[in-house]
Amino acid sequence: MSLLDLKDLKIHFDTRRGTVEAVRGIDLSVERGEILGVVGESGAGKSTIGNAVIGLLEPPGRIAGGEVWFDGQRIDQLSEPEMRRIRGRRIGMIFQDPMTSLNPLLTIGDQIAETICRHSDMSHTQAMTRAVELLREVGIPDPEGRLNAYPHQFSGGMRQRVVITLALCADPDLLICDEPTTALDVSVQAQILSLLRRLCRDRNLGAIFITHDMGVISEVTDRVAVMYRGRVVETGRTGDVLGHPGHAYSKSLLGAVPRADVRLDRFPQLDYHEAGADRADRTVIDLGTHWLGRRSGAGDTTGQALVQVDHLTMRFAQNRSIIPAWRRSFTAVRDVSFDIRRGETFGLVGESGSGKSTVARMIAGLYDPSYGRIRYDGTEIAGPEARPISPAMRQQIQMIFQDPFSSLNRRKRVSDIVSEPIRHHRLASGQAEADGIVADLLDHVGLGAEAANRYPHEFSGGQRQRISIARALATRPRFLICDEPTSALDVSIQAQILNLLKNLQDELGLTLLFISHDLPVIRQMCDRIGVMKAGELVELAPAEQLFEAPQHPYTAELLALMPRVLGQEDRTRAGKR
Amino acid sequence: MIRYVSGRLAQSLLVMFLVAAVAFSLFGFVGDPIRQMITEDASQAEIERLREVMGLNDPVTVQFWRYISGAVHGDFGVSYFHKRPVGALIAERLPATFELAGLSVLLSILIGIPLGVYTGLHRFGRGARALMALSLVGISIPTFLIGIMLIYLFSVILGWLPSFGRGETVTVLGGFWRTGFLTTSGLQSLILPSITLALFQTTMIMRLVRAEMLDVMRTDYIKFARARGLGTQAINFRHALKNTLMPVVTVIGLQLGNVIAFAIITESVFQWPGMGRLFLQAIQQVDIPVMSAYLIMIAFFFVVINLITDLAYYAIDPRLRSNALKGTAHA
Repeated sequence: MSLLDLKDLKIHFDTRRGTVEAVRGIDLSVERGEILGVVGESGAGKSTIGNAVIGLLEPPGRIAGGEVWFDGQRIDQLSEPEMRRIRGRRIGMIFQDPMTSLNPLLTIGDQIAETICRHSDMSHTQAMTRAVELLREVGIPDPEGRLNAYPHQFSGGMRQRVVITLALCADPDLLICDEPTTALDVSVQAQILSLLRRLCRDRNLGAIFITHDMGVISEVTDRVAVMYRGRVVETGRTGDVLGHPGHAYSKSLLGAVPRADVRLDRFPQLDYHEAGADRADRTVIDLGTHWLGRRSGAGDTTGQALVQVDHLTMRFAQNRSIIPAWRRSFTAVRDVSFDIRRGETFGLVGESGSGKSTVARMIAGLYDPSYGRIRYDGTEIAGPEARPISPAMRQQIQMIFQDPFSSLNRRKRVSDIVSEPIRHHRLASGQAEADGIVADLLDHVGLGAEAANRYPHEFSGGQRQRISIARALATRPRFLICDEPTSALDVSIQAQILNLLKNLQDELGLTLLFISHDLPVIRQMCDRIGVMKAGELVELAPAEQLFEAPQHPYTAELLALMPRVLGQEDRTRAGKR
Repeated sequence: MIRYVSGRLAQSLLVMFLVAAVAFSLFGFVGDPIRQMITEDASQAEIERLREVMGLNDPVTVQFWRYISGAVHGDFGVSYFHKRPVGALIAERLPATFELAGLSVLLSILIGIPLGVYTGLHRFGRGARALMALSLVGISIPTFLIGIMLIYLFSVILGWLPSFGRGETVTVLGGFWRTGFLTTSGLQSLILPSITLALFQTTMIMRLVRAEMLDVMRTDYIKFARARGLGTQAINFRHALKNTLMPVVTVIGLQLGNVIAFAIITESVFQWPGMGRLFLQAIQQVDIPVMSAYLIMIAFFFVVINLITDLAYYAIDPRLRSNALKGTAHA
């Protein structure tokens, strides 16, 4: 008998517009010591399955049919108090974002001890001792000292280790990981994945990995189930499914994963659709005639520098004191210089904390550099001789932020959010034209024009990110700063948005500063790449050269850590032989 | 930490200085104080002598300095109307207002927070909806009307509770403080006015806590706490409620100031011998020393309460205890 058995599970959401069938009868099983991957695009129902197993379906979601069997017991009909005894003790769960998964007001020791005490008869002191052992097991340095630390005192990767500790502290038999490494950067992702794999082996856990990332699936899982629109279309050993996908959708999904080995002109689109599914081939904006295609700046000559960054340094004060000797500061960016040429995509890569986002924010004018200068189109926009940026220049420079949750005003309708820059810069002749543009933009980023009347909270993280991309495009920018713009998105939507950016670039000479931890995406997007480590620019090279022959040892290390999709890796190796 | 506190203290001192300047300027703007003090038939020479004695002929800066240094020692001059030191007048009335305001704020916290948690958790429940509808009534009916209705019901019709005054009071703390808490009639007298004053605060705290609870219950850490199998009690109170407290503490602090400052209406409805009524009389009699002293007192309460509120943030949120600037780099 399997540890977990889902039999013909159906999950429905009753909404005002009718019943949404999120999961339409799936059969899945997980054995002890086995890691099952569940992969698919957003909306395929993968997270819903995880929530249903642990009994945390958000209303109006409900199990409409089928059975959930856990360790010989049927659990889908248990009462809430009975379920509470299973959660944490028998089934643990890890969520996507370690930044928001921990209560900011309690020390991590308290949070762990609270959970241990809840599921055992240990005293608080005993639980604290146990917490130290567990923290050591997940690789937190100096666990005794860190017990009294608050979540904000940990980095993202360390927080995810704390989250893992919390999920495992009552010794569950099954672990459900919902996008456990999506919010982390490559090197941290690699560490967390190997930690999770080790813990599952050591404790003989059954685990479900829910993710949209094929790299993660191929690195960690033993078996994989591919989901499409509430159904499992294919399931099998990970190597078999990734190497020889049987179903047309799996093939198409695998084909759309950005490749690290070869640069293609455009991202391959997902071309599998069932009848009745959302159209993925949304209105293609014809840039020759569309509003978005009208030039907003003067004629450009490509190849010359649009943005010049000169000896940029950023220090953050850690301890502001009247006495200079007591002042301490943290140098986030140290003496970084580079040019971004007109019409090119300049990539910045590096671990979190390497200062790449800080550089982007300084160019966007959100931080004032401590030292050095930034020129845009020959005009100094930051530095000792900088003058206030004109509205016309503001319109040309736009930024897409990493976090789709905090960068949208939750009290405004999507139409107001996207049309605000159009109204502010008076780019449309009237309300009617502005509405038309908003509808086109929303449709193009894959949300559909109906999204305009809704509020941000009604959308998932990936959908929100598309709203902020539509907003950034609404000023017809000349220079776009993208800070991890698509890390929360599915491959199909990512391909669509990045292809749009590439089209805009070809037609209009749009210049991009592109920051990502996703190296395959960087390879596909960027012309030149800067590698940052601990605030310094360690290598700057054309993309192909950097990927084929990295000069700096750190670059080589980063490339080696990149999770690879089995099929692609084979092809790469074959090509190199 | 010390830096933060000293910064806030410096700000508070600046505010107090500016308020003192406004209070002082009352003397110059609201009529000539001499005219308020003398009789109709006083001679010009007498007026001049009085001016000299009161120091009204000194330069403004000297007068202002004298006023401030007096105020620091609790000397606000002599009331034109009562002919007694203003400091003593206020000290007599202060306990009455403090007891009323303190009790009503306590009531509003003890009732408002649990009701807010309840309505936040059972958003669509029948009880919660009824409470929300009722709270609209509480927010929109003016205080004096509530007071009058309560008096009509409990004093006039039922005759259970007194309709005015503080009842019997007892002197405690070495004769400095007259309290109504130690006698039956004192306690009975407190019930109606404190409920009247607390009603608005209660509904406001309830609605605020509810809104914050709704936000917090949607967060990932609450979901994660559920996924770890924690009990309802622990999730609702240990995890959720504490995270709603920041804005609630801010509002409670400001409300406490408001309650002290604007107890005037309740005090006059219930004939409560507090500072509010003293101030009302002072306005009627153009008793400038009392008015300016009242202004300074109220500003002082606000400043102190705000200072305490800021320190409470520190106690609640560990993120403020570490360096505030550090977070921005990796945010």
